[in-house]
Amino acid sequence: MTETRWDVAPGERSGIASTEREGGSGFLVYTTGLLLAVILTMTSFWAANTSVLWAPGVVAGLVVLAIAQMGVHLVFFLHITTGPDNTNNVLALAFGVLIVFLVLVGSLVIMANLNENMMAHTELMNLHMQR
Amino acid sequence: MSIAVGMDDVYEGESVNASEAGPASKRIVVGYGFWIFLLSDIVMFSALFASYAVLSKATAGGPTGAQLFSQQNAAIETAFLLLSSYTCGLMSLAANSHRYLGTILGAAGTLILGAAFLSFELHEFHSMIAMGATPQRSAFLSAFFTLVGCHGLHVSIGLIWLVLMMVQLAMWGFRPVVERRMLCFALFWHALDIIWVMIFTIVYLMGVVR
Repeated sequence: MTETRWDVAPGERSGIASTEREGGSGFLVYTTGLLLAVILTMTSFWAANTSVLWAPGVVAGLVVLAIAQMGVHLVFFLHITTGPDNTNNVLALAFGVLIVFLVLVGSLVIMANLNENMMAHTELMNLHMQR
Repeated sequence: MSIAVGMDDVYEGESVNASEAGPASKRIVVGYGFWIFLLSDIVMFSALFASYAVLSKATAGGPTGAQLFSQQNAAIETAFLLLSSYTCGLMSLAANSHRYLGTILGAAGTLILGAAFLSFELHEFHSMIAMGATPQRSAFLSAFFTLVGCHGLHVSIGLIWLVLMMVQLAMWGFRPVVERRMLCFALFWHALDIIWVMIFTIVYLMGVVR
């Protein structure tokens, strides 16, 4: 228990130590992330309120902007990188994204499909209600 | 942990292949474990998002999102949460180099901005309920209050956690265990911001676009 200040994995020493030495670089990373996030957020709010853009494309644009901003947060704030110490984190993230995608898209597709099929048989539903 | 530290001393300064480096340090393992928890939390939120997206038009004759949501309010909340994420990042930087003043200033900024976010959100909920837009009114409002309220609950828990971390810091200083807990808190807080990005896009912006 001599020098446990960093308590990092073997081989990571250099990575953490460098951020310690140049304290400015970590500050720069967070500031860059903040600036990018602010730009993306302002673009989102502008796109939702403007009438300049082609209206049907706005929703898709908002989704793209949100995904971009989540990427910015992951890289600049949560420090998910492609480094060797991050392999497990990235794999877990990939699995999480898969599950989120399945839950979201699966629910939306199934419920839209159900809605459509229910609407087509209104007379059948009325029969059912009369009983 | 003593093993990890021992290995650390041996390999210091060398770049070692991950497979030959021996067991990872506790900081890496704790971060990974907490990351798994955060992902499970995000999966839970994805279910809430899915239910909101499915029910967003089921207003049952009640008020719709376009009538209820204030873009300005959402923008202010977003600014508060984003800035609090930034101050939280500055706090973890200061904690990494064991600067007390910077850590406490970062934590105070995070606490104030987080509390401001929460008060705006509660005010919004309160005015919606005063207008009769209660969770019981329609499936859309139930889904809205569940989704946004769950995020607000996470923010509240985060604020309590942050206060506890400051107490631990004052009592024990920069012990490894306190540092690891602060690392987990920073991850938690940044993840909440990611979820808020989804909320303001799907709930507040898309609810008004159509």
